[in-house]
Amino acid sequence: MATDKPNYLNWKTTVASWLLTYDHKRIGILYLVVISIFFALGGLAAAMIRMELATPKGDLLTSDVYNKMFTAHGVIMIFLFLIPSIPAVFGNFALPLMIGARDVAFPRLNLLSWYFFTGGALLVLIALFRGGIDTGWTFYTPYSSSFAKGEVSLAIVGVFLAGFASIFTGINFLVTIHKMRAPGMTWFRLPLFVWAMYATSLIQVLGTPVVAITLLLVAVERSFKIGIFDPNLGGDPILYQHLFWFYSHPAVYIMILPAMGVISEVISAFSKRRVFGYHFVAFSSLAIAIIGFLVWGHHMFSTGQSMYAGIVFSFLTWIVAIPSAIKTFNWMATIWKGRVHWDTPMLYALGFMGLFVIGGLTGLHLAAMATNVHLTDTYFIVAHFHYVMVGGGIMGYLAALHFWWPKMTGRMYPEGWGKLAAMLVFVGFNLTFFPQFILGYMGMPRRYHSYPEEWAVLNVLSTAGSSVLGLGYLLPLIYLTWSLKYGKVVTERNPWGARGLEWELVDTPPDPHNFERTPIVTRPAYDYNHPEEPTAFIPKPRPVVVGGKDG
Amino acid sequence: MWNFPLVPPTASKEGADISLLYWAITTLAVVFGSIVLFGVIYLAVRYRADNNAVDRSNATESDLRVELAWTLIPLVLALIMFGWATKLYADIYAPREGYYEVFVIGKQWMWHCQHPNGARENNVLTLPAGRLVKASIISQDVIHAFSIPAFRVKRDAVPGRYNAMYFTPTKPGEYHLFCTEYCGTKHSEMIGKVVVLPEKEFQAWLEKNAPGATAMTTTTGAAGAGLTLAQQGEQTFKALGCNACHLNPNSAVKVPDLTKTWGSEIPLEGGGTVKGDEAYIRESILNPGAKIHAGYQNLMPPYQGQVSEEQLVQLIAYIKSLAGVGEGGK
Repeated sequence: MATDKPNYLNWKTTVASWLLTYDHKRIGILYLVVISIFFALGGLAAAMIRMELATPKGDLLTSDVYNKMFTAHGVIMIFLFLIPSIPAVFGNFALPLMIGARDVAFPRLNLLSWYFFTGGALLVLIALFRGGIDTGWTFYTPYSSSFAKGEVSLAIVGVFLAGFASIFTGINFLVTIHKMRAPGMTWFRLPLFVWAMYATSLIQVLGTPVVAITLLLVAVERSFKIGIFDPNLGGDPILYQHLFWFYSHPAVYIMILPAMGVISEVISAFSKRRVFGYHFVAFSSLAIAIIGFLVWGHHMFSTGQSMYAGIVFSFLTWIVAIPSAIKTFNWMATIWKGRVHWDTPMLYALGFMGLFVIGGLTGLHLAAMATNVHLTDTYFIVAHFHYVMVGGGIMGYLAALHFWWPKMTGRMYPEGWGKLAAMLVFVGFNLTFFPQFILGYMGMPRRYHSYPEEWAVLNVLSTAGSSVLGLGYLLPLIYLTWSLKYGKVVTERNPWGARGLEWELVDTPPDPHNFERTPIVTRPAYDYNHPEEPTAFIPKPRPVVVGGKDG
Repeated sequence: MWNFPLVPPTASKEGADISLLYWAITTLAVVFGSIVLFGVIYLAVRYRADNNAVDRSNATESDLRVELAWTLIPLVLALIMFGWATKLYADIYAPREGYYEVFVIGKQWMWHCQHPNGARENNVLTLPAGRLVKASIISQDVIHAFSIPAFRVKRDAVPGRYNAMYFTPTKPGEYHLFCTEYCGTKHSEMIGKVVVLPEKEFQAWLEKNAPGATAMTTTTGAAGAGLTLAQQGEQTFKALGCNACHLNPNSAVKVPDLTKTWGSEIPLEGGGTVKGDEAYIRESILNPGAKIHAGYQNLMPPYQGQVSEEQLVQLIAYIKSLAGVGEGGK
């Protein structure tokens, strides 16, 4: 691109060199391309939902089409966008660079993961285009196993494959973080993004097999009428919910933990200050991953689950809020006495804090059993998880995208447009989802195609907000694509003046081999107080051995 | 256009308590949310890079005391709220006594409600103000959820099991009734209303709507005419031939005494006991072999697929009545 030295983007340019690459950076880009398509598709489904709900009557879509739309929206956004988003794109691209590694531990498995993901996603798309499915992304039994028509089994096999892609990524990162840190990169010198990815990978590896096998059992029950979940066949429909949420609650943390990692990086880089309470932020990621495995029953208070089980789940749900609070306060203290640069990634990070805090605090209403039961399955839930997963997850994703964009592409995005989009996303998001808290408290059920007249005004507000939000999401798609050709060329390694190996030692765009030689780390992460001391250095080459082919 | 509601009506005793908790948690959320939102904006503006007028000295990078403070203060508040919410939940949803009982059967896509006197309603539930109500909820197909926002209560209608929900309507009026668990094509049409009447009007309504009082027909044919739910159950009991063995002094086979089933701890073959409740009776009709009364053999044929949910509700009411229990628990 810009420099004479070949980089990872242009040293080979054939299609095969991309589709058969073992380079973690290129695999990250492959993921970025496919999940961007799914984000657009899922967004289209969301637009159809909001347009239908602009009027109380079910007049735009038939109820069957509407049901298929929210199913498509949920399945695509959860399984095909949010789960892979930050881990598979930025984890792949940045994590080996951040720890001073040549690649991930299992590059072939990494490529296989992309093929599993893309293959699974194609099956899901085939299921959606061959008439669609109307089970909801939760695939609750016995509806999904004995009642729903359509290609449910095909979609399930697709999700199953995409799940294995997620497991492969998780295994890769766990081993990479354990075994491939550069000399001197001790556990407590790791950037907090790496800690967050470690916690995320634990969930991916331990949780995903459970949902994979559970969904497969649904397909088995559908195909062979073997009673597992359908009470008419001798099964237990509530067992399905236990197995499903055993993964799907921690899955929320798969979506939010990596975003939290990004926020730690961005807030530190744009406040020019070490993340406050580094150890607390690092361990709170692990605490979230571990306690997060023990709270799934809070999705089931209204199913008639035992009172004692409910009390334990409720208690642990209150507890799991604490590590998130710790992170938030530490981020605030990071800004305190910093030098805050209001660039686009920082705007997204600040937006993340605003939205995530609302999402997290409304989780308290849902941790409390007495209020949970009133609010569950209403728009309050819809608003709550969008604040966490979209307000948190996607704000983190967009922060990461703008933060690492110059490193990934060698081009800078247009700053003015970036700021405008960040503002639109923030305002549009609140306008879309805040009214839904009020609707939910009034009892408006989720997944409703029509609703009572008195709720029209708030729904119109929400739909209006969604068009602003849609525009906010469309802009980056346009200007980032534009910047690939017309953006300002970036050749310096460290356009943000940030600390970290990927900024200090890696070319922009990176060399295919990342580092000339394995770096040696000498300083902790975010060492902004010692600008004269590099975080790591590249050791002098060893004496050339005759006949060696080092280089 | 600006005359639209922002809060739901509160029409039950439990609803008022839950609302109070809701606003308490909301207040807590607003306080913490404001600290973070305004704190972040304040800090990000004050410490903007080009502002050199602020003091940036002594910028510590960690401090155990503040970490403990912002860990322990939220933790203590969380535990207090947990205690409050849990106590309230247990008070509402743990088994209560002295209730007026209705059976609710969810099916794609309607709600079917049965009163003890035999009155039945579809997508409407008429209730007395000022009395504790127990709704025993079940589904005959997929999972539904029975939600009355004005009462702030909800319970899933799960196929194969009865879920109980207790509430005390206080304000006469008409309120929304929703299915809140997605159940297929017409999920959003599985709605209705709850009508709360003052006690006197409710009694009049009951009399007027008792079977036989109107031209109401039932899904079980003539069996329902003029009979209470328990009496309908007796008819069904005979129609299905249960009386060939049960409650038959001349029975050739040894069967458990159904007058002693409801409410007792029943010893099981192979050890343990089970409570004689709706779930046990339902299971023992559909799949008698699942739990065998100690000292008896598994002789009864399973009735899975031969009895409707409506008939099961009648049979349960009948067996309950045998134990000398009318409406309202023990």
